[in-house]
Amino acid sequence: MAHSGPPIRLFQNWPAKLAATPMILTALVVFIGCSLWTVVYSFTNSRLLPRLDFVGLAQYERLWSTPRWQVSIENLAIYGVLSLVLTLAIGFLLAVLLDQKIRFEDGFRTIILFPYALSFIVTGVVWQWILNPDFGLQHIIRGMGFSGFTFDPLNNPDLVILALLAAGIWQGAGLTTVIMLAGLRGIDEDVWKASRVDGIPAWKTYLFIILPMMKPVFATCIVLISAGIIKLYDLVVALTRGGPGIASEVPAKYVYDYMFGNQNLGQGFAASTMMLAAVLAIIVPFAIFRMGRKRHV
Amino acid sequence: MQNISMRRLLAGAALTILPFGAMAADLEVTHWWTSGGEAAAVQELARIFEEQTGHSWVDGAIAGSGSTARPIMVSRIIGGDPMGATQFNHGLQAQELVEAGLMQDLTEVAEANGWRDSINPVSLLDACTFEGRVYCAPLNIHSPQWMWTSLAAFEKAGVEPATNWEELKAAAPALREAGILPLAQGMQGWQTALLLYAMISGIGGADFYNQVFAERNEDALNSDTLKNIFAEYAIARDLASGGNLSDWNMATNRIIEGTAAAQVMGDWAQGEFALAGKTAGTDYGCHIGLGGEPVIATGGDAIYFPVNDDEAMTEAQRALAQVILSEEAQVAFNAAKGSLPVRGDIDLAEVNECTQAGLETLKAGNTIPTIDLVMSSDSRGQIEDLTAEFFGSSLGAEDAHARFVQIVQSEM
Repeated sequence: MAHSGPPIRLFQNWPAKLAATPMILTALVVFIGCSLWTVVYSFTNSRLLPRLDFVGLAQYERLWSTPRWQVSIENLAIYGVLSLVLTLAIGFLLAVLLDQKIRFEDGFRTIILFPYALSFIVTGVVWQWILNPDFGLQHIIRGMGFSGFTFDPLNNPDLVILALLAAGIWQGAGLTTVIMLAGLRGIDEDVWKASRVDGIPAWKTYLFIILPMMKPVFATCIVLISAGIIKLYDLVVALTRGGPGIASEVPAKYVYDYMFGNQNLGQGFAASTMMLAAVLAIIVPFAIFRMGRKRHV
Repeated sequence: MQNISMRRLLAGAALTILPFGAMAADLEVTHWWTSGGEAAAVQELARIFEEQTGHSWVDGAIAGSGSTARPIMVSRIIGGDPMGATQFNHGLQAQELVEAGLMQDLTEVAEANGWRDSINPVSLLDACTFEGRVYCAPLNIHSPQWMWTSLAAFEKAGVEPATNWEELKAAAPALREAGILPLAQGMQGWQTALLLYAMISGIGGADFYNQVFAERNEDALNSDTLKNIFAEYAIARDLASGGNLSDWNMATNRIIEGTAAAQVMGDWAQGEFALAGKTAGTDYGCHIGLGGEPVIATGGDAIYFPVNDDEAMTEAQRALAQVILSEEAQVAFNAAKGSLPVRGDIDLAEVNECTQAGLETLKAGNTIPTIDLVMSSDSRGQIEDLTAEFFGSSLGAEDAHARFVQIVQSEM
């Protein structure tokens, strides 16, 4: 590139670049810088205060031999897969139902989206009441005459993850529905006309024509839902506190408890580094795939 | 009038090490005393502090338990926004902060007021001492090794009220028959761990407890005594099954209602009985060490003073340290909170039989260090996770014992 020729590329469009500088600095220092710092200190035996006293992989060995961490990972996997699939399915179904030009659509939309306006803490407390055996669902159904009815997931280690799932989906499905509905409304009317002329039933049109056309909408929803799954913490604290026993522990809670409660920063950093690695393992291939595709176009 | 206040001022000046000339300071005190009895106790302390020193007490209560409050306190101190004074439990919780030079040295105050002579047991002062210097002021004593029983529940089941662990086990079938939960146990980790510690000291005895936790003696850890305690611990899990309890005061409430027979919990449970208008001896029974070996751990609260560069503030901190150990504050605070005073040379008037039993045990010197004194927060957290997992699953007693030994041995 000749210096006497066109202006230097770095200074092209400089006001925009200047305006972006604070964000770039934040990203570099806060996100990347602090992440690297965390990774480095995860190889030390820092307790309450960070100390550069390296112990190799000892924190990771301990992490992966801790039953509570194993349970946390297992729970996150179960919650993650079920929550992703069910939220998408329920969201799409509700969006399709709302799309039938029904009356009071605005009202339904508000009701469906409303739980999203509540924080996870409120959601957790609400579901704690609903699922409480002494005055919640079990009490009401027993009051209706089914005295043998037992439904107490909050105190059953095998079912507690379903309680988390119910509360999580109740809170999150509304947003997915609304995004999907926007996607459905974006579909060209002519597609519908064509399928009607061909005599294709509506459900088939949705499943085989509309669904593939909504790929970008699904991508948006998947990113939003996944982010919510990885950072799952406050719902657990509000609904179960990780109990009964350690049956509903999740990785983010492990990180918090070890960093602050148990005063073992090294262990907490090792756990959060594993969470970072898990996120990168999903995002990096995705990003490479996207970039590769752009170049071909 | 002027004369009296002049004399007070002189007395104050004589007591404090620094000249009492600087301005009055606002001293922010953070703590997690938020339940009814606790809040009343804090008010007493604040009142005495303001009356005696002329400084003002700015209350910094943090709702939630210690595990919620401690991270907030630590991050404020580390983050360069220290409060005037803060509560921690006796022990290792604040040790690293002391090592890092973030806490005020109170040695001069302690020596001038003869803390070493008046504090009983003296181990409380040792817990505040680091490399020969004193860094905190002990405030009260709480002990976790208590079994509380509902006399009404045993009456309903038609059996004699249990006075120890063996009797509770024997009464369990009759209690179940009458629809009464034999053992009310909150399922949170610190509560399940509390039960285990109480069983180790109550069934194994004080020496055994010390061998396990303080010396981490290999023979004691692999002894039949400890294996047997884990077998008993598994029985406790059976006795508690069906309770579905989480918070400790919910469990205590089952004892108050008489729908559960016994709970193993610290002496802070007495506050709940008092609020419900129950009387020791006629409504509920108390048995130190599950009715086995009567030893109590002398845990409790201490006040730490973060270092700051404001001279008036430093002076106010020293003044508060002195007030905390004064007879007036010890009596007023501990009477309201239901805890025991840290000074051996004062008497609490009109205490009930449970507190009396605690005081006698203390006087007799039957004490063990709290778990905070002998184990780091890290190991304690792991034991809590293990016991919570144990209670929430069908993990075998032998496996739990093996993992417990591993945790204790990995303690640095």
